[in-house]
Amino acid sequence: MLEGILLGLQTAFSVQMLLMVIGGCLIGTFIGMLPGLGPMSIIAIMIPVAISMGDPAAAIILLAGVYYGAIFGGSTSSILLNAPGVAGTVATSFDGYPMAKQGKAGKALTIAAIASFCGGTIGAILLMVFAPALSSVALLFHSAEYFALMVVGLSAIAAFAGTGQVAKAMIMTILGLMLATVGEGALFNLPRFTMGLMDLQSGLGFVTLAMAMFALPEALFLVLNPITSQSGSSSEIKDMRITRAEARAIAPVIGRQSIQGFFIGVLPGAGATIASFLGYAVERNIATKEEQELFGKGSVKGLAAPETANNAACTGSFVPLLTLGIPGSGTTAILLGALIALNVTPGPRLMIDEPQIFWAVIISMYIGNFVLLILNLPLIPYIAKILAVPRNYLIPFILFFTLMGAYIGQNNATELLLLVGFGICATALRFADYPLAPLLIGFILGGMLEDNFSRSMQLYDGVAFIWERPMTLGLLIIAAVLVLLPSFRARRARLRAQGVADGD
Amino acid sequence: MALDRWIALILLGFCLTYGYTAWFTMDAGLAPFMQRNPIWPSTFPKLLSVLGIVASSIILLGIEKGEQTIGDIDYRRLHEYKLGQAIMLLGLMVAYALCLRPLGFIFSTGAFLILGSFILGERKWHVMIPVALIATLFVWYLVQQVLGIYLRPFPGFIGG
Repeated sequence: MLEGILLGLQTAFSVQMLLMVIGGCLIGTFIGMLPGLGPMSIIAIMIPVAISMGDPAAAIILLAGVYYGAIFGGSTSSILLNAPGVAGTVATSFDGYPMAKQGKAGKALTIAAIASFCGGTIGAILLMVFAPALSSVALLFHSAEYFALMVVGLSAIAAFAGTGQVAKAMIMTILGLMLATVGEGALFNLPRFTMGLMDLQSGLGFVTLAMAMFALPEALFLVLNPITSQSGSSSEIKDMRITRAEARAIAPVIGRQSIQGFFIGVLPGAGATIASFLGYAVERNIATKEEQELFGKGSVKGLAAPETANNAACTGSFVPLLTLGIPGSGTTAILLGALIALNVTPGPRLMIDEPQIFWAVIISMYIGNFVLLILNLPLIPYIAKILAVPRNYLIPFILFFTLMGAYIGQNNATELLLLVGFGICATALRFADYPLAPLLIGFILGGMLEDNFSRSMQLYDGVAFIWERPMTLGLLIIAAVLVLLPSFRARRARLRAQGVADGD
Repeated sequence: MALDRWIALILLGFCLTYGYTAWFTMDAGLAPFMQRNPIWPSTFPKLLSVLGIVASSIILLGIEKGEQTIGDIDYRRLHEYKLGQAIMLLGLMVAYALCLRPLGFIFSTGAFLILGSFILGERKWHVMIPVALIATLFVWYLVQQVLGIYLRPFPGFIGG
């Protein structure tokens, strides 16, 4: 492990990689601050740039930097404008925005930055401990277990979708898997579902789909409903220092939330949003009576909790990606797609085959968090000026970058028409409250899922692998329980509610 | 019927078409030696089509109960939104896709950025044109020279 860390340090501290981290963090903060543009859109837009660099380590470091930057930028707009750019920073605005209204915007930003830094750094330490351990277990897995594990991951994403949303998340995942079967599969060399079109022979472009699912609908929503996207005047940012008493108040919060956030982030489908809301709720419940009164009115604890938790969860979501090759969130799914495009397959072998990538990513997390703290924090008053860019200029540029991203990825103008077509479908799905991240995760995992399924079928000459391998069976049962449990619990709650109403 | 159930109906149709292709037409061209395999190219799609039909039927029939949530944008108030602008921008994107190769990158992109701002209600030509041109040239330089991806700058008949 020590050797690996040294190798990672050597890679991550080269001038090129440092520039990547710094550049990524700055770009991420810059764009993440724009209301309505989440980390997924930003990463999707940055992918063509990262892929064309050709160096997988540099590419993932750049994208990871963009990811942290975007989360940080998202909290800035939550605090200053009460307009969270990302679902994961919604809880930040509960206490951050009241603080800004009280004229303590600078202080709120500092607390957010420190909390993010600590959450991210502690998360990275935990990642360093848990990822290698999980990797060594994952090496015992065969195709059958991989297949079952991916089914568990996909079911967990559906199960965490919320009440009444499980079927919607499931159909979206299945749709993603279906789209992944378009083109020539690796095992069969037979074109499937191409409708005789040459352009579909190599399958649908992943960047195109990512852009169409996230960047395009978000841009269209900015056009449709200008009220939500209106950039208000940012309040004056001054006095960024915090007092000793405040530091003492937030220290235990940061400690607890870093660990809790990390483990929530590891779970597939949970991620930063759930971690931040849960962190906020937990801290509120364990606070003293007087402190509870302050929550929602500008409490420093209420700001530190979600900020720490969401950053720790972002780091935690790298665990399943780096060790099992299974992304737990939309963002890590996009990162996985980028890595596959660069001929790197994340999974338990990554640590052995490409240790420089594995460790450089982890080391770059420390650097990224450090960069955010020392570089971005002082620059915030200036970066916040981007909030004043008129939307008449902003939106055409967002659309143009979306188009460019899809074009550069495939060098094919048909891809642009597909982008617009899928973008319209995605917008309609968003209107009807269908979650889009499961579709993309399904699309990215589709190829691997089918390969592992086919390999197990061939090895066991049929579906016998399900009952002949106990671990596979166990995992598949877990997947079934995950999907059925939410509806079972909702049904029981409904029956109980009915019973109460009847005077039972 | 709420929009999500209409969409579920469309998705059900999609799954049925997908399933029809997988179950009935795909295996026609399968070589005899491949037919002895336990897994065919159509096996996984067949499985998916069944799951897809089940999931979309659950939504369509409203079996899974849940409270109606309204996201950040509500389709019932669609007429209050700037629908015209959004449709025009989508049309502009299609036009861009069709013009990119024949008319060259610089002309298409410049026109796209200027018309995009114009559709959104911007009328300050003295700002729009320089901003669009500088951005176009900058992106072209970045993509062509720095990233090394070929983009035809001028229309074909000029020889770009």
